[in-house]
Amino acid sequence: MDIVNKSQNKERSVVSRLWNNKDARSVIIQILTIALVFAVLSIILHNITVNLAAIGKDFSFDFLGHTAGYDITFSPFLDYTSSSTHFEAAIVGLLNTLLIAFCGIILATIIGFVFGIMRLSNNWLINKIAYCFVEFTRNVPVLLHILFIHGIVIQLPVPRQAVNFIDSFFLTNRGLFIPKPEWGPNSWIVGLCFIISIAIVFILRTWNKKQQEKTGVIYPIFWISICIMVLFTLGSFFLTGMPLTWSVPELRGFNFRGGVSVRPEFVALWLALSYYTASFIAEIVRSGILAVSRGQNEAAGALGLTKSRTLQLIVIPQAMRIIIPPLASQYLNLTKNSSLAIAIGYMDLVATIGGISLMQTGKEMETMIIVLLTYLVISLIISAFMNWYNRATALVER
Amino acid sequence: MNDKDGQNKMNNIDHQSLTPPRSEIGLLGWLRKNLFSSLSNTILTVAAIGFLLWLLPPLFEWAILDSIWMADSRKECWAKMEVPEGAACWAFIKDRLGLFVYGFYPMDQRWRVDLSFILLICAIFCVLYEKLPGRKFGLMFAIAFPFITGWLLIGGFGLELIETDKFGGIMLTLIIGVTGISFSLPIGIILALGRRSNMPVLKSLCVMFIEFIRGVPLIALLFIASTMLNFFLPPGTQFDLLMRVLIMVTLFSAAYIAEVVRGGLQGIPTGQYEAADALGLTYFKAHWLIILPQALKISIPGIVNTFIGLYKDTTLVIIIGLLDPLGIGRASLSDAVWAGLAKEVYLFVAIFFFVCCFAMSRYSLWLEKRLSTEN
Repeated sequence: MDIVNKSQNKERSVVSRLWNNKDARSVIIQILTIALVFAVLSIILHNITVNLAAIGKDFSFDFLGHTAGYDITFSPFLDYTSSSTHFEAAIVGLLNTLLIAFCGIILATIIGFVFGIMRLSNNWLINKIAYCFVEFTRNVPVLLHILFIHGIVIQLPVPRQAVNFIDSFFLTNRGLFIPKPEWGPNSWIVGLCFIISIAIVFILRTWNKKQQEKTGVIYPIFWISICIMVLFTLGSFFLTGMPLTWSVPELRGFNFRGGVSVRPEFVALWLALSYYTASFIAEIVRSGILAVSRGQNEAAGALGLTKSRTLQLIVIPQAMRIIIPPLASQYLNLTKNSSLAIAIGYMDLVATIGGISLMQTGKEMETMIIVLLTYLVISLIISAFMNWYNRATALVER
Repeated sequence: MNDKDGQNKMNNIDHQSLTPPRSEIGLLGWLRKNLFSSLSNTILTVAAIGFLLWLLPPLFEWAILDSIWMADSRKECWAKMEVPEGAACWAFIKDRLGLFVYGFYPMDQRWRVDLSFILLICAIFCVLYEKLPGRKFGLMFAIAFPFITGWLLIGGFGLELIETDKFGGIMLTLIIGVTGISFSLPIGIILALGRRSNMPVLKSLCVMFIEFIRGVPLIALLFIASTMLNFFLPPGTQFDLLMRVLIMVTLFSAAYIAEVVRGGLQGIPTGQYEAADALGLTYFKAHWLIILPQALKISIPGIVNTFIGLYKDTTLVIIIGLLDPLGIGRASLSDAVWAGLAKEVYLFVAIFFFVCCFAMSRYSLWLEKRLSTEN
């Protein structure tokens, strides 16, 4: 009796000793967690196999090679027909996603910086107009913006009564028609000259920096570089006999021919995503510039730097360090929000492989895995860039 | 010596303080300083006034002066206007207001939704108003609130059962928003603590979860909820679509909350952790009493921003077939009697979301200011 009690006591004390030891406890908790995770995963896997077997589906990516059998209205990069495969449909969708992300990021950055600077203006009226725009835009769901702009775009006039800008840009309910550049035979020389001019400017800048450090003389390097680039490119352009013609859209019958046509869905999604994201970028820009302390400005003034050089050398580099990380996450948000394209029929990644292909093949698991992995890769690339940037620009302190 | 005397004399003279020049004070001074301080500023001001004159009067006429509030159809609306389609037809919104608020909830049971709205206001009041006597009970009520309302809206235990596919409109937005907000905060805090933990297994699990959720769009997760989630569950389980959406939305915003809270945790000086250890507090006590109150305080703006994002993202459910106000509006637009009034619908829904989100962001600003003066 006594002995049994003692051994129980001893055992309990071993467990409680283990539990009270920090390292041992952490090992126990982790082993338990791993066991739990594996248990849940195996239950889910088991359920998936049972459920798939019950409705007679298998798990394979073979369907990617089968004919898709549906049309995609907007495929600017690849020749896609309804006899292409599901894989090609996915690629078209991915390219459309990247295209809207790329165009959206550029426009959003421009609008965002303009409004951010307007918010900093000491003109009361300009400041308040920017404030109202930013607050109203970012407090309303992006899907609503997209549907609203789409509603406006499809109510534009028919091609015969198109909104006309200088006879070459036409805005209609069938989309936006813009002139298309057509390069002649010798146009590669112009491109080459442009690249050479960039190289020269680069060398000149390095030389200028060295010269400034040695003697303190500052040349108007910005204007010199602009002149070099313009002279080189335009000069070669005229010397080779202007190897560039524009294919201007023309009204033939009920629609325009020639030029580049941009689908109305693209225009709507592009505008809505851009100004929605711009309202966030504006706040980022404003707070980034405000975060540069006054002392920096005053110190630059005390050193005798001019206003523009203060901005260029002191304020902007420091503001950029604060602005870039949230800016990149806004770019990522824009890319992810572009998946709302499905609401207005723009054929992006989610609408092609995750929408129509899913419905046609009934391969929910496989198509969703493709969609999720693609977005994950895109966002991991952007965050890898972010980490690299943060490391490169972090303040080096002693 | 002389110099010093002179200075003393100077200081002893009582200056009659002059009023500033007329052009520097009052309305005139304000105008000069804020609108016409330089040539470029004057040009900007004139341009801005021109823009406002171009935008505001027509908008005011369209939305308020010429708008029609009483009509039974679009045709009647347009017949009443001087220019057809020249003004807003708010009669449409008035006609469909019940649908916008309650969705397809049965008419005779709508008192349950009204009661839930009242309880929601009480719960928000209990959480936000700190001087309330007996606030402890108030907080307990706020914690019990999601469950009480769940019972009230769905039914059972004496109330008539209502299918969740009858839910819609503003009520649906509030259900998803409030559930997401109240459950994602605790889950997010746990995830953030897991990510900061020094146990490699826990840490990597949390990192994987957070990065996965943050890397994919919500719409893809909602698709998973609507098409795939049933494969993960034991055969034959029927799982309500609204419930699946609620789980996905909560997990989605929990991952974002986790990142915000992690930022807050990183902002706490190591000394605080060490002091808590020195006092002999356990991990949970140290976090509950010392670390989290400070970390959450710094992360308030980020947390509220995440909530606003979640609230706006509730509109995405229309893509998988649930009808929030935007979905109700679009469905009403396909009704032949009212078709063609898209602007009114979008403006109405936009104002609803703007009021909610703007109020949240103002509250967070106020809270931030109040908490920072306490220090």
